[in-house]
Amino acid sequence: MQWSMVTVVGNDRPGIVARVSACLFEHGGHLGEASMIRLGGNFTIMLMVGHDGDHEAVEAMLAPVCEELELRLHVDPIEGHLHDHPVPNVRITVFGADRAGIVAQVTARLAETGLNILDLESDVGGSERAPIYVMHIEGTVSESIERVRAVLADLDREGIDIRVEPIETLIG
Amino acid sequence: MALLEILTYPDPRLKQVSEPVEAVDDALRAFVADLEETMRAGPGGVGIAAPQVGRFVRVAIVDVPPRKKSSSHGRLVLINPEITSWDGMAIGREGCMSVPDYTGNVIRAERIGLTALDEHEVSREYEMHGFEARAVQHELDHLDGFLFLDRLVSRRNDLFRRKVYQAPAE
Repeated sequence: MQWSMVTVVGNDRPGIVARVSACLFEHGGHLGEASMIRLGGNFTIMLMVGHDGDHEAVEAMLAPVCEELELRLHVDPIEGHLHDHPVPNVRITVFGADRAGIVAQVTARLAETGLNILDLESDVGGSERAPIYVMHIEGTVSESIERVRAVLADLDREGIDIRVEPIETLIG
Repeated sequence: MALLEILTYPDPRLKQVSEPVEAVDDALRAFVADLEETMRAGPGGVGIAAPQVGRFVRVAIVDVPPRKKSSSHGRLVLINPEITSWDGMAIGREGCMSVPDYTGNVIRAERIGLTALDEHEVSREYEMHGFEARAVQHELDHLDGFLFLDRLVSRRNDLFRRKVYQAPAE
């Protein structure tokens, strides 16, 4: 079995996941891990698909469904590594009045600490007149939480609210 | 002493409700020793419950080391444990020796009161909070046939996003 990464983007409407996954199932595709979410009115899919054929075969099987639903489709060959999840040990929550550069500034400082982002999600809330930006990051870092807080401290003073918390995973 | 085999999901036995212990005797203490050895053999495990090794009796062990912000009782053998009070709630990440390679967020009570027999059949009462309270709730769930998978909450938005209120008038 070969793994492909399927990317699908299009105007949100009910039934996209059902149609795409049914198509893959009918053609012998196996679903791996996925992230699917609505972003600004677009539905987005990032989906690992395993199939006996290569990524071009996967693209060919999905093309008719995506055309019918007016979705953009992109398929890449990938190496699929399941059963190998790093466990995040830090969570960073950032929020403030939306302005250019928040993500670049925060993540540049996090990269200095060697932090590896495993999961980042962000939303623009508030109103059109006064948008607010909210971002959650989970990742792994070998530096201390205090060091992560320290590299972000000056941004905190610039009016971005930043919270850095350890994630202690209970294994029971 | 012996390492015991850990049942892993989706083994249906993990959904079985365990029976109260009738007698705290040498045979039970020998089992507790094996259970503890099995817990300590796993990486990072702070608790284990008897049904995880296929013994459906109400026995659990927790051992949460004291940490900076949170006191704890250290090693506890809990026989026929009962939670007597709950207070507050907190979200935290959990994993389980019975659910390899998956961790997720679970809401638990922040503080609990607990009664249990120890391994010498002495009835004890505990007040605990934070990580230790979470560990006990996780293990006691096993005695009732629940896994943390039964209590997962979405990683996105929980305890953070509220409903969108109507924007103020222009």
